[in-house]
Formats: sequence, C-alpha cells, structure tokens
Amino acid sequence: MKQKLFFAVVLVCSVVVLNFFLIRLAPGDPAVTLAGQAGGADAETLEEIRRTYGLDQPLAQQFFVYAGKILTGDLGTSYYFNLPVSDLILERLFPTLILVLSSLVISVGFGTFFGVLAARNPRGPFSYVVTVVALGGYSVPAFWLGQMLILAFAWYVPIFPVDGMASLRVSGVLDRIVDLAWHLALPALTLGVSFMAQYSRVSRAAMLEVLDSDYIRTARAKGASEPSVLFVHGLRNAILPVITLVGLQLGQILSGAVLVETVFNWPGLGRLALDSILRRDYPTILGILLASAVVVVVINLATEAIYRSADPRLRSGGRH
Amino acid sequence: MARDPAFHPPKAPFVEAMAIFLGNRAAMAGLIVLAVVILASLIGPSLYGVDPKATVNAPFLPPMEDAASPLGTDYIGRDVLAGLLSGGPATIMIGTAAALVAVLIGITLGALAGYYGGMTDTILMRFTEFFQVLPALLFAMVLMTLFTPSLRVTIIGIGLVMWPPTARLARAEFMKLRNMDYVRAERAMGARDRRIIWRVILPNAMPPLIAAAALVVGVSILFEAGLSFLGLGDPNIRSWGEMIGSNRDYIFDCPWAVFFPGIAIFLTVLGVSLVGDGLNDAMNPRFRER
Repeated sequence: MKQKLFFAVVLVCSVVVLNFFLIRLAPGDPAVTLAGQAGGADAETLEEIRRTYGLDQPLAQQFFVYAGKILTGDLGTSYYFNLPVSDLILERLFPTLILVLSSLVISVGFGTFFGVLAARNPRGPFSYVVTVVALGGYSVPAFWLGQMLILAFAWYVPIFPVDGMASLRVSGVLDRIVDLAWHLALPALTLGVSFMAQYSRVSRAAMLEVLDSDYIRTARAKGASEPSVLFVHGLRNAILPVITLVGLQLGQILSGAVLVETVFNWPGLGRLALDSILRRDYPTILGILLASAVVVVVINLATEAIYRSADPRLRSGGRH
Repeated sequence: MARDPAFHPPKAPFVEAMAIFLGNRAAMAGLIVLAVVILASLIGPSLYGVDPKATVNAPFLPPMEDAASPLGTDYIGRDVLAGLLSGGPATIMIGTAAALVAVLIGITLGALAGYYGGMTDTILMRFTEFFQVLPALLFAMVLMTLFTPSLRVTIIGIGLVMWPPTARLARAEFMKLRNMDYVRAERAMGARDRRIIWRVILPNAMPPLIAAAALVVGVSILFEAGLSFLGLGDPNIRSWGEMIGSNRDYIFDCPWAVFFPGIAIFLTVLGVSLVGDGLNDAMNPRFRER
C-alpha cells in the first residue's frame, strides 16, 4: 500500500510537469497563450503575466516557481471569472463527484447483477439478451443517448427535468435531496449505461469460471438457496476483476462526464472545462486537468483498499 | 493413392480462424452493417448530389415531408441525409487513422516493455499508467485548443490518448512469447534483439492485437464524435458528431437532425465491435468458450 501511495504522488507530480510543458509546447508566446482572449495584445497585461508566471526567468527556475505555487494550493487565476482557479474547481467538484459516483453505482451494480445472472446459463436466452444489450450500450455515444433520454423523458413524457442540478424554489434538507436525485436521474443513467456493458461482460466471464468450482458445488450440496449461491458464495470470488475494471475505467468515466455534463447543463468540472476551453482560459483548464487526475488517483487508491479487503490473500503480507 | 476417410489433415491456423470467423453470425451481421455504411459513404454523396454544407431547403423540415429532403433539414435548412452521407467518410477515416496511431504507439511501447522486462518495463508501464490516469477527453480537448484543430491534429490527438490498452496487451503477449523455444533458438543463432522483436515475436503476437485494434477503431470513432459534438473538431469537416453538436440547441424543434447522425454512429461502432469480437473469438481459441 505504501508503494501504491508513492506512485500515486509520482503520478500527480507528472501531471504538474505535463501541465507546465503543455503551455510551453504550444506554438507562440506562452504569455499570449496564458492571457487568452482576456489578455488580447495589451503589452502591460503581457508584462504582468510574464512576471506573475516568472516567464522572464530561466526554464528550471520557472518550473520551481510553478510547482511551488501548486504545492501551496495556488492554481493561478481564471482570466474569465477573475477568481482563483482552486475556488472554481472546489465549487464544481461536488456535482461531478456525485454524478460519477452515482453512475458508477448504476453501471457496476446493474452490470454485475446481469452478468452474474447471465453466467448461470451461458447459452440461454437471458445470457443472449444481456450480451446484445451490453454491446448496444457499449456502441452508443453517451452524449447522444443523453439527448434521446431528454427527448423521451423530459419532453414527450415530461417526468424529469430537462437540465440543471436544482430547482429554484426548493427548501428544506430532505426536499433538496429529493430534488437533486430527480435532476440526477437522467444524467447518471446516461453515463451509467455506457459503462454497464463492460461490467456485465467481465462479471459474466469471471462467474463462468467460479460456477464450475468445487465450493459452489459444496454450497449447492449443503442446500444454500440459489441467490445465496450466486451472490454470496459465487460473486465474492468473482468480484475482483470487476473492482480492477473500476480503477482502470475512472479516467474514461470522467471523460464521459464532460460530455454528459454538457448535454444536461450539469454544473460540474466537465462543463467548466469545456467553457474554459472555448474561452481559452488556460489556467482554469490546466487546473481541471490536474484536479481530475487527483480524483482518479484518489478513487484508485480507494478501489485498491476495497480490493484488499475483498481478497483475504492480499490482506496481510501478500505481495501484489 | 486413396485417402483414408478418417484422416483430417490439420488446417493452417489462418484458414481455421477464417472458417470460425465466417461461421460467426454476429460477426457476419457486423460485417454487413459495416459494408453498408462504407458503401453508402463511398458512393452516397455523388449519387445523392446535395451539398451537405449549404442551406438547400426550409429549416426544421421534418422527414418524409418533402421529397427533396427525405430525412428533413436542420435548423438552418441543411439536408440531413446529405450530412449523413458526407459525414461517414470523415468519421470512419478519422477513427481508423487515429486507431492506427494508437496501435502503433501501443505495440511499440508494449513490445519493448514486454521483451526487455526489468527497468525498461517498469518505466514504460508507469508511463502507460500516467496516460490512463489522465482523463483522455480532457487531455485531447487541451491538445485541440493549444494546437489549431485540423484533420491531422485530431487524428494525432485521439491516437495519443487511445494507446494504453494496446500497450498493456502487447506487453502481456511479448512476456508470454519471449521465452518460447523458437525465440530461444533464434537468440542462440545470434539474432539481434531488433530482429527478434519485430520479425520473430511480433508476427506471433499479432492475432490478439488485430482483434484489439478493431475495438480501438470503435472507441476512436466514438471519441471523435464526442470531440466534434463539443465543437472541438476540424471546423471545415461535417462529421456525424458535429451534426449532433450543432443541432443540440434545437433538439426540440428538429429532433431528427440529432437522431439520425446518432443512429449512424451507433450502427458503425456496433458493426466494428461485432467484427472485433468475431476476430477475437476466431484468433484466440482459449476464449472461444465464453
């Protein structure tokens, strides 16, 4: 675990290095790039940017100034909002996290459930349906699916809101939570469906192997009920590849969130990223890149911890 | 000389794989879908002859209402069918080229990591992990804005974020094959590493990599669609993603202008995935049972 933590820190530092060089790789004067639309050609503004970002100093020194600022939590200032980037990101972090986590619950929960049921009879009709639906979910563009869901369930049959995260006149803690869930339903479903496919595939394959084993036969022989055989005895042993997949897919899910947030006007990091890119607000976009890498690394460490508690072999002294 | 009827000579692996692939109904269905899409993209635009970028009819025209625009028009009166036909080559070409870039990077890094092992492997795999941690779409979005979006930037940008899974697969194959007897024999005869990697191991590692490459094409097409949906593709190209993106704000007035391009993307990616799955089943016998 210590080693994992060390590599997590190294990974985040690498993103800092990448950010630093990305700005300098782009054609043209980095000060102009950083100033973006807001800076225009104003010589005084450019001079100030050069001073604040230390662009008038040697490259190595520039890097240490930049890295030092990030270490103290200073991600620069957004030229569009004229606010610290770190404040902007913190404000948008919760909506993105709640969207990503709830879609993870949908994709992992339903995907694994269907995969396990399909594994019971791998040549049966249910397994066939699961395979076909999974392939469909895998091939459908998430941003398009979101728009179709809006058309169907917010326009033709208006049971869900078209976009946004909260209604205007809602008070009381409970009402707000219900209101949030109501707004969350379609975006989370959209993002969840496109990743469900891979979980049903992986859990189906893992369960196929597990169901052949002696301990499943033992469980059946001692009279355990079918749900208990599948979801207690079986799934416990087939869940590891699923957890691994969560860790591997996080980056993709965050990418998907950018599209889904755009479709549903969800006020999260992805929406902010797109807006900042269209405004050429580089300090903000690079800050988001760093923040999302941190999110992925942190959730990855969490899945690693879950992985360890799910597999007793890894709990003490086991090398992995 | 009379043949013993009970004697079935073993077929060449390639012939056997072909036979399995051709007998796979799902893969054949995928191949047919793909063939239709590609054929429509190749001859459709000249056959239909309507300019996809020009306003040719009244805006918000529903499908089947005017024979001149069978699939209707979008918010500024551009023909939806013409857009579909001309968006096909762009989408498929960018997806395929980007997948090619990704597969080339992935195979090169994965081969080196798997063959040499040790420190080379550790460094290259950490590098791969780094690219997997970075949310691909965000990274590609940054690349697209730092460099002016053009066809080449789009292809390289997508290729640069799509290679890690291929690298992992190539590494696993090379690790498995590097101690095979025929590789040892080659080494004992004094072959250089370069020859062993590219001429001896790579051809044997190809089957699973080809199947994986087909899936990378599908993902790249989805990725390109996402980028152009956000308005970050080459502005001079009408692609399916761009059609969906530009009509997004008018979805309640002309849903068909969003619906049809999405169906086109869906069918194309479905076809590619079915073919990829079929190739995988045909070339990797150990997975056949699943």
